[in-house]
Amino acid sequence: MAVLVVAEHDNESVRKATLNAVAAAQKLRSDIHVLIAGHEAGAAAKAAAQITGVAKVLHADAPQLRDFLAENVAAVVVSVAKNYSHLLAPSTSNGKNVMPRVAALLDVQQISDIVAVEGADTFVRPIYAGNALATVKSRDPIKVITVRTTAFDAVAAAGGNASVERLAAPADSGLSSFVGREVSKSERPELTAAKIIVSGGRGMASGENFTKVLEPLADRLGAAMGASRAAVDAGFVPNDWQVGQTGKIVAPDLYVAVGISGAIQHLAGMKDSRVIVAINKDEEAPIFQVADYGVVGDLFQIVPTLVEELKK
Amino acid sequence: MKVLVSVKRVVDFNVKVRVKADGTGVETANVKMSMNPFDEIAVEEAVRLKEAGVATEIVVVSCGVQACQETLRTALAIGADRAVLVETDAELQPLAVAKLLKAICQKESPRLVILGKQAIDDDANQTGQMLAALLGWPQATFASKIKLEKDSAVVTREVDGGLETDAVKLPAVVTTDLRLNEPRYVTLPNIMKAKKKTLEVLKPDALGVDVTPRLTTLKVVEPAKRKAGVKVADAKALVDKLRNDAKVI
Repeated sequence: MAVLVVAEHDNESVRKATLNAVAAAQKLRSDIHVLIAGHEAGAAAKAAAQITGVAKVLHADAPQLRDFLAENVAAVVVSVAKNYSHLLAPSTSNGKNVMPRVAALLDVQQISDIVAVEGADTFVRPIYAGNALATVKSRDPIKVITVRTTAFDAVAAAGGNASVERLAAPADSGLSSFVGREVSKSERPELTAAKIIVSGGRGMASGENFTKVLEPLADRLGAAMGASRAAVDAGFVPNDWQVGQTGKIVAPDLYVAVGISGAIQHLAGMKDSRVIVAINKDEEAPIFQVADYGVVGDLFQIVPTLVEELKK
Repeated sequence: MKVLVSVKRVVDFNVKVRVKADGTGVETANVKMSMNPFDEIAVEEAVRLKEAGVATEIVVVSCGVQACQETLRTALAIGADRAVLVETDAELQPLAVAKLLKAICQKESPRLVILGKQAIDDDANQTGQMLAALLGWPQATFASKIKLEKDSAVVTREVDGGLETDAVKLPAVVTTDLRLNEPRYVTLPNIMKAKKKTLEVLKPDALGVDVTPRLTTLKVVEPAKRKAGVKVADAKALVDKLRNDAKVI
């Protein structure tokens, strides 16, 4: 039986998280189909057909699918579920919203946020903010899975040549409607896709300091900007900057933690980064236990000097 | 409008959990337990809706061992009106909890159910969405703002890259994100008052729900530890390390 990956897309293109989910699906050694549920999403379906390793694209297109409302997207997934042994989606906010709804409609216990595939019914997933890894075996006939994107290297977005099949969308549920979206506009790379991330914590002391002190460093490195929950709770920066157990899970090549003490729930979101740098005035801060390179001192002196050194 | 809130008893968020030596799970004996932080936000939101004159009654539900009564008493002290414990010593997975909550919802007929988006022990992030699916109700997950109107709730949701606002018809299920509110401190007089409020205990069987787990945990291990690195003297030394040793810039 084939496996189905529910794509994360914006009706025009396929988001990178989909490529990570396809990589996880490849571990199951079956034909991989990708579902594009959207509106006027022909371009996204075409892009999905190019993904390496994809055998078929299912394209459901209807106005009620434009904004990915869980009720309507779940209905599409459920309509084809019986053809598949596994249904996977990346652990994005859409994936996390839709897949448990699908699982419940199929009377299946979902397996959230897998980081490894041990077999067709056995998976590894983090629990307790990543402080433990559980290996779980499912006895449901269909496996409904969300995939932690940082745990699987993305497959190539090009090189494939899958057929695209149109799929009829079930009628609008009429239960929910989309009102609006406020997308944080930024010239910077997206947090979960960035190669370098500069993050600030409570030590930044104000939102203004994120702009004055941290932004020049991020500019210099071409980095995305993140924050700890403490900085978000203090109102320094918006919530979608939050890295941690309940925010974004990231694993860039370089993670620079500035004025972040390193609470368990923050470490859960970034400890798989390749190289971690910590700048903190408290030399006992837990962040230094995971950092490859630490500088102890006043961030308001160190960060500007760092920017100058990087120019050399 | 009746509001139902569900709460879970979990290892306190300040506790550093330890994996059991035999690899069967994490150590929960003699560990401080508390209400799941997202559920505390859910209770607080319901209480604010009542204070604003929108909600008329708040029923708080927990599923699990007898000690969940303490968690329910905390919710009653925050301001919930009465409590229901679905008591069982069995392991409960999100689908089973969603089925228990569905049965309670069918008895209680709330117009709104508020849950935490995720429990900080199993980190599943499923129960609210599953409950909505089982009831055939709409869902608004990861809420940072809830505005109730006559027949609908307009909910601002924390999503990747920003905020999204959806309108859901009532009855509906909402799950909370961190910034929905800041829960109040529970005061001693309210703890005393909470002791007098009704707490009903039910068994899963009485609700006709089979809670048999679908997932078997084969083992639990500690993740590979990251080794602490080196401390460098200043920014100049740091740049040198990043350029020449780590080669990341």
